[in-house]
Amino acid sequence: MTAASPRFRMTTRTRVSSWATIGAAILTAGLAALPAVASRGLIQDLFFIFTMLCLAQYWNLLAGYAGLVSVGQQAFVGLGAYTLFAATILAGIEPLTAALLSGVVAAAMAVPTAFVVFRLRGAYFAIGTWVAAEVYRLVLAQVKELGGGTGTSLTMSVVSSTAGLDWVSMAFGVRTPAARDIVVYWAALALLVITLAGIYWLLRSRFGLALSSLRDSELTASSIGVDAFRLKVFVYILTAAGGGAAGALIFLQSARISPDSAFAVLDWTAYVIFIVVIGGIGTIEGPIVGAVVFYFLQTYLAAFGTWYLMLLGALGIVIMLIAPKGIWGSIADRFDLHLFPTRRRLVVTSTRRTGDDRQRARQSGPPSGQMRR
Amino acid sequence: MQWVDTIIQGILLGGLYALYATGLSLMFGIMKLVNLAHGDLIVLAAFVIVVLASLLPPGSGVVLALLLSLPIMFGVGYGLQVGFLNRTLDRDILPPLIVTFGFSIIIQNGLLEVFSADSRRLPLTGWESASLSVASGISIGTVPLVCFASAVVVIAGLNFLIYRTAIGRAFRATSDDPETAQLMGIDHRRLFAIAAGIAMMVCAVAALYLGLRANFDPTIGPARLLYAFEAVIVGGLGSLWGTLIGGMIIGVAQTVGAQINPEWQILTGHLAFLVILVVRPRGLFPKSEG
Amino acid sequence: MALLQTVKLTTGYGDFQALFDVDIEVAQGQIVAVIGANGAGKSTLLKAVARLLPVDGGTVRFDGADISGLVASQAVRLGISLVPEGRRLFPSLSVEENLQIGGYSGRRGSWRLAEVYDLFPRLAERRRHMGTALSGGEQQMVAIGRALMSNPRLLLCDELSLGLAPIVIQDIYTALPRIRDAGTSLVIVEQDIAQAMRVADRVYCLQEGRITLTGRPAELSREAIHAAYFGA
Repeated sequence: MTAASPRFRMTTRTRVSSWATIGAAILTAGLAALPAVASRGLIQDLFFIFTMLCLAQYWNLLAGYAGLVSVGQQAFVGLGAYTLFAATILAGIEPLTAALLSGVVAAAMAVPTAFVVFRLRGAYFAIGTWVAAEVYRLVLAQVKELGGGTGTSLTMSVVSSTAGLDWVSMAFGVRTPAARDIVVYWAALALLVITLAGIYWLLRSRFGLALSSLRDSELTASSIGVDAFRLKVFVYILTAAGGGAAGALIFLQSARISPDSAFAVLDWTAYVIFIVVIGGIGTIEGPIVGAVVFYFLQTYLAAFGTWYLMLLGALGIVIMLIAPKGIWGSIADRFDLHLFPTRRRLVVTSTRRTGDDRQRARQSGPPSGQMRR
Repeated sequence: MQWVDTIIQGILLGGLYALYATGLSLMFGIMKLVNLAHGDLIVLAAFVIVVLASLLPPGSGVVLALLLSLPIMFGVGYGLQVGFLNRTLDRDILPPLIVTFGFSIIIQNGLLEVFSADSRRLPLTGWESASLSVASGISIGTVPLVCFASAVVVIAGLNFLIYRTAIGRAFRATSDDPETAQLMGIDHRRLFAIAAGIAMMVCAVAALYLGLRANFDPTIGPARLLYAFEAVIVGGLGSLWGTLIGGMIIGVAQTVGAQINPEWQILTGHLAFLVILVVRPRGLFPKSEG
Repeated sequence: MALLQTVKLTTGYGDFQALFDVDIEVAQGQIVAVIGANGAGKSTLLKAVARLLPVDGGTVRFDGADISGLVASQAVRLGISLVPEGRRLFPSLSVEENLQIGGYSGRRGSWRLAEVYDLFPRLAERRRHMGTALSGGEQQMVAIGRALMSNPRLLLCDELSLGLAPIVIQDIYTALPRIRDAGTSLVIVEQDIAQAMRVADRVYCLQEGRITLTGRPAELSREAIHAAYFGA
């Protein structure tokens, strides 16, 4: 080899993605400061978007990257929510601390759940996760201390024990209910930032590479030493933890729980799948777009009840059949735009090429046939 | 005696679950498609039977309504397959799951819009309310008994269709290898549509007994999907008789659970399923190959 | 008029183009051999004619009609049958059921179960066995018999001899003229040149997706074939 050979470097970064990262940091700072100026209604709406987007990112990681299509993620939302209620009502733990505990408990419960549902493959795995969620719902409906089948509410004393409430009341000059909205808003924003940054980092790491090799071909991946089973279980437990924490915050904000609402397949799985599918599965940007679209649909059309739900179902079907990459996927394909790229690209770092190199490059064309332009 | 009665009721309930499961099993077996709207389609069929029964002269019976619903449901299955599901057939499992999940939501809410959330029951015309007293403390209702017999007849009929007829041979060949099946002159898309139509006719039969045995409303579909799914997995993929046994096991688990505490009926059914899944992941009667 | 004629046929898999402007002709009653190295596009050519692959350019004409827009199941009904590479028997069907499914299209003609068993007597003895329990040669016989059950006017055979013992290959090749004499034209794809030359009325050589040589076997010199097969 001559010394003048081109040098290559692996990278996932692009110029656009560097700007996008800076933009995301500025946006985060702005959102954190928002309660100082925004109305209570806007804070509540953003809380809704943040938590749904968290759930969507987890489902996207599961289905879009690990190939685990679950329709039972409400299991972990519900378990997290019930953990929060049990820890605050029965053990007197401070709610935000309890929400962290919810993530831990949901992850712990994901282990035995995975032990059972991972015996099923593909589409059967999907229904298996649904059965598991139903089991948790039916069991918690038997817990009389938490209101049994009708559910229960957080008492005023529990709600007002939330950390930072007094400080927020004083700093923003708002009453306790509004202050609680702000605190859970910050908690949701923190969870969202951790979720997005964590998933972005994860997918760009060796782990992400292993995951995408799995997506291309499970057989090939395992032949080069990727332990598909362990990888999938890891993702499953990780998303359960996030789902549990998100569920805890959602029900801390509403302060009321029942087995049917905590384990609702429509709210915590169907809507979430809709967000991912309409936005674009298999990208980080897709669910963000989907969550915003979903928010507007929900705000303006939810009053239509059954017709609204039929519309969502129909939209999901149409997207899947006509543009399976969703809104973001279609945009990204068209303009080759990737704000949060996770794919590795080869970049030439030294462009000096000798005649020899050029010769070599020409000779190493496809072995037979020709690539079509 | 009470426990004997409980188990007999559970076995008969299993016949209903096997009817739920057969259509699901058929569609998976032939086109590798898991239909998340399966339960909602059963409920849709029940409403079709309700409407037909109300249009027929009083006293003509629900069985006539069922017979009239069969071609309608065949058309529903055929249309669903040709219009939508055939476009989701490739290696990726996501499109069929999302599309059928979407249909689950559409059917459920469509039924709510048209028929409201009120629970209903199929009109009884006499024989349905009769029961046989077998021994003291044990009486068997006519409906559960006929339901179980129907499950046996439906499964025997489908097995005959699959293993003894030309179209059944085409079903098996296409299930083995769709591309080579095309080389035999088999239009696999049309064949899939016929299979979906047959599966929906079985759903209509299941719907008749759903409506005769208990009240139903538009929202109960997903639970029927889960029972059906459990019966299929417990019985072992690919064996319709296994599905019948699977249905019976889920049915008995539910009635035994309900006997201990009425609130435990559904839970014990699910738990029995999970236990069998752990102990025998491929079901009790898996197909020998693969 | 030729039974089969491809005119400037161009096709491939996704972004990969495998055939470039391929012209071949098969006359009624002929056995035509397509030879070429691994990856030359022989199987692709058969799949395109059997309508398993989309035609990206040019046309496929069968009995004078353009069939480029048809799908495989329609081509079978017109009388084109493919014996696919690797036999591809249906594993959950018995030998007899595999043959019966071959007649699914309902085309009438001289090939029925009895005639196939007469052509390959070993299959009659194994009619109740599952197809996959048979030896490679027997499986190949089932695959040919299965294709014949649709009473094709044109039989396309992909790599009949691949992985089979020489004596079994002899058995199978002896059957080909009988099939032609019963009224079916054949296109056989072979890597074994000598075998192909013995039975063929006409030979085409493919190299990297293009026809590089054509003619009657007797007219072609060793050198010409060698050049067409391996490239200059």
